[in-house]
Amino acid sequence: MSQPTPATGPAAALELRDVAKAFGAVVALRSGSLRVEAGSIHALVGENGAGKSTLVKIVAGVHRRDAGELLLDGRSMDFGSTAESKAEGIAVIYQEPTLFPDLSVTENIFMGRQPVGAGRRIDRAAMHTEAEQLFRRLGVHIDPRRPALGLSIADQQIIEIAKAISLDARVLIMDEPTAALSGVEVERLFAVARSLRDEGRALVFISHRFDEVFDLCDTITVMRDGSYVDAVRTADTDVDSIVAMMVGREVGDLFPKTPAEIGETVLKVEGLSSTGEFHDVSFEVRAGEIVGLAGLVGAGRSEIARAVFGVDRYDAGSVTLAGRSVKPHDPRSAIRAGMAFVPEDRRKQGLVTESSVARNISGVIRGGLARAGLLTGAAESRSAAPWAGRLEVKTGALDMNAATMSGGNQQKVVIAKWLATNPRLLIIDEPTRGIDVGTKAEVHRLLSELAGQGMAILMISSELPEVLGMADRVLVVCEGRITADIPRDEATPENVMRAATRSSQEAAS
Amino acid sequence: MSDTSTTHALGHDAAVDRLVEPSRQSPARRWFDTVVRSREMSILLVLIALITVTTVKQPNFLFSANSWRDLLLTPAILLILAAGQAVVIITRNVDLSVGSVLGFTAYLTGRMFIDFPGIPIVAVIAIGVLAGGLLGLVNGMLVSFGRVPALVITLGTLYIYRGIVLTWAGSNRINAGDLPKDFLRLGTRSVLGIPILFLVAVVVVAAVGYYLYSHRGGRELYAIGSDPDAAVLYGLRVRRRVLSAFVLSGALAGLAGVLHAARYGTVSSAAGVNIELEAVAAVVIGGVAIFGGSGTVWGAAIGAILLVTIDRALPILGIPDFWQRAVVGVLILGAIVLDRVLSARQARKLIEARDDS
Repeated sequence: MSQPTPATGPAAALELRDVAKAFGAVVALRSGSLRVEAGSIHALVGENGAGKSTLVKIVAGVHRRDAGELLLDGRSMDFGSTAESKAEGIAVIYQEPTLFPDLSVTENIFMGRQPVGAGRRIDRAAMHTEAEQLFRRLGVHIDPRRPALGLSIADQQIIEIAKAISLDARVLIMDEPTAALSGVEVERLFAVARSLRDEGRALVFISHRFDEVFDLCDTITVMRDGSYVDAVRTADTDVDSIVAMMVGREVGDLFPKTPAEIGETVLKVEGLSSTGEFHDVSFEVRAGEIVGLAGLVGAGRSEIARAVFGVDRYDAGSVTLAGRSVKPHDPRSAIRAGMAFVPEDRRKQGLVTESSVARNISGVIRGGLARAGLLTGAAESRSAAPWAGRLEVKTGALDMNAATMSGGNQQKVVIAKWLATNPRLLIIDEPTRGIDVGTKAEVHRLLSELAGQGMAILMISSELPEVLGMADRVLVVCEGRITADIPRDEATPENVMRAATRSSQEAAS
Repeated sequence: MSDTSTTHALGHDAAVDRLVEPSRQSPARRWFDTVVRSREMSILLVLIALITVTTVKQPNFLFSANSWRDLLLTPAILLILAAGQAVVIITRNVDLSVGSVLGFTAYLTGRMFIDFPGIPIVAVIAIGVLAGGLLGLVNGMLVSFGRVPALVITLGTLYIYRGIVLTWAGSNRINAGDLPKDFLRLGTRSVLGIPILFLVAVVVVAAVGYYLYSHRGGRELYAIGSDPDAAVLYGLRVRRRVLSAFVLSGALAGLAGVLHAARYGTVSSAAGVNIELEAVAAVVIGGVAIFGGSGTVWGAAIGAILLVTIDRALPILGIPDFWQRAVVGVLILGAIVLDRVLSARQARKLIEARDDS
């Protein structure tokens, strides 16, 4: 075997060289490289937003790369669709399996390739037998005739794998397949992965769980900020050096959280639980404090925030704001109590993109603005102007459509919308996702300023530097539980990352 | 962990087994379950009940020479439209333009016989189907490449196609005298007591049903309707399939237009107005999920017969005009509510079974 460094040695089963991809102004992948040999399992690791999923989607034919090379067994490839990559023997198992819920398990495996008899009629009996054989080979028991609806994530992944095997895929990519699996299910999956490796297939395994990466994979490629960092043999490295490579940079003074006076408790969350989402979550946020909610994508951070604000239901626990209890599953009550919520996907959840900036900003307080039940454009503009000015929203006029603004300005409009309600607590989910660097700093300065004025802020962020730079206290969520509560001066990329990936590892010190 | 969910889970009852472990049952039992417990069967029972009750009240409803013929002949055209509509709805789309397409080809049929005397009937039928297919192609192109919901696109073409017919026909109408006798016989004659039109409809429904159940293309239509995004990730040719569903729907509406001319003899520019809504109603009542992915063309066919039969039965049962419309409305709402309730219940059972294991 050759050195597992990109761009050397004989043809690998799958190789990417300096692949780049941008979505508008946002660069998702700067320079992604990956080299996977046949008959090996290769781990792809990196922080959230390092570009792993984009890289996978380029291999899968979902996205087209802007630059760089994609080679299969040394042959250059350019996939325009998922069908093309599939035809070349590439199978991808996404984080969220994509099955057709109305159809049977068997049909999900063989869709488009069903065995046919005379007159191209689908041979259902043969199809079911084949599915049964696949499951036997994988050592699992799933009835091939049942609908895909209601299958556990683990079983759905097994079906995706069965699909890949029946396709005789040479390259199998698994994007965080273990995130939702129990220990037994993980073992079952790994046994299957190893047997596929021994058959000479190339496997790519994306995971945040280092114990699993070291247990399963032969080589590891590390990515950071959309770029390739290094590729190493698992035997030659350890968890600490991988984490160091993933985090890499210094946390600069890009994030100007000025120390604010920490006041009394504003938000108190006790024993919040929601089946399947999070469990026994308790924490406090105090006036003037920014609390960062860190963790991996899918750990349950956004779910917790949505439950606190009352968008989602919860099964147990309580939320108290400034000593008053907040009714569960009632965002209106949360808003009245003084909560504001800037959601993760501002286009979908935070903005009426087809409406004017003024209407968006005054949206939440509309009731108070109306005169005799009528809402005038003038009143909307009057109330919106000071906020837009304060946040330096760069739009030609307040009556411009929110859809046409940049991500940064949209985010400011959403924040302005909530500030108009005079909240005591601001929950902000991914405050700077998809925002250019300059505007990012402005959003950060704004948050810092608001905290300085005594607002309590709960900030969810997948960007580690942002969390470390902005938060007075970092709460780390891992698989629906808070696994660490780290004060600002003790928080380091390493200890946050460890708490976020603790997972099934027992007592990772 | 969660005490609330365990109260529902009463271990492995037969209903859950049927869902989760169908392979454990004997093939005969599986067949019984899929046929007898199907939505199609329940809608068929409603139809039979309706016919029975009406016949008890007015024996002539079924037991007279003409009424048996009417029972089969009246729904024939709607049956054909419903078959095409079912295919489109299964892909999570809808085709509202079929009424206008029917009007267009019905008028076209008349014009062909008037402008080209002696033209073979088969040629006219083929031209009608082709014309309908072309109009369907336009719908399909706009939907699959324009990325605008089919509801909006076909609402637009509903008016455009109707506009074309209105401009073309003006106040002219095709009369029975303009059409060849053989062609008109097609619309009224019976073979072995079964109207030819109904036979044509049955052949169409059978062919479409067979394709949907037993061919790769048909199964892909279900997959696309079940989860369009997953279908793209799966590598299915979603656009092409959706396009062909619209072409099929258009072609069948074209055929229905030709048969409309044969059946009624007269064709005005208003032929087929509002029949698209009946087609959608028939499909929904027949158990095709309005969000696609499930249901059969058989169900849609029974839904079409039920819809037409209600129209004829309710006056006999002495139900006033207004309430007749309302009954159809209740039937549609009932079908949709039933659909939601049943699928929610099935999902809950499957999830409970998962949590139990």
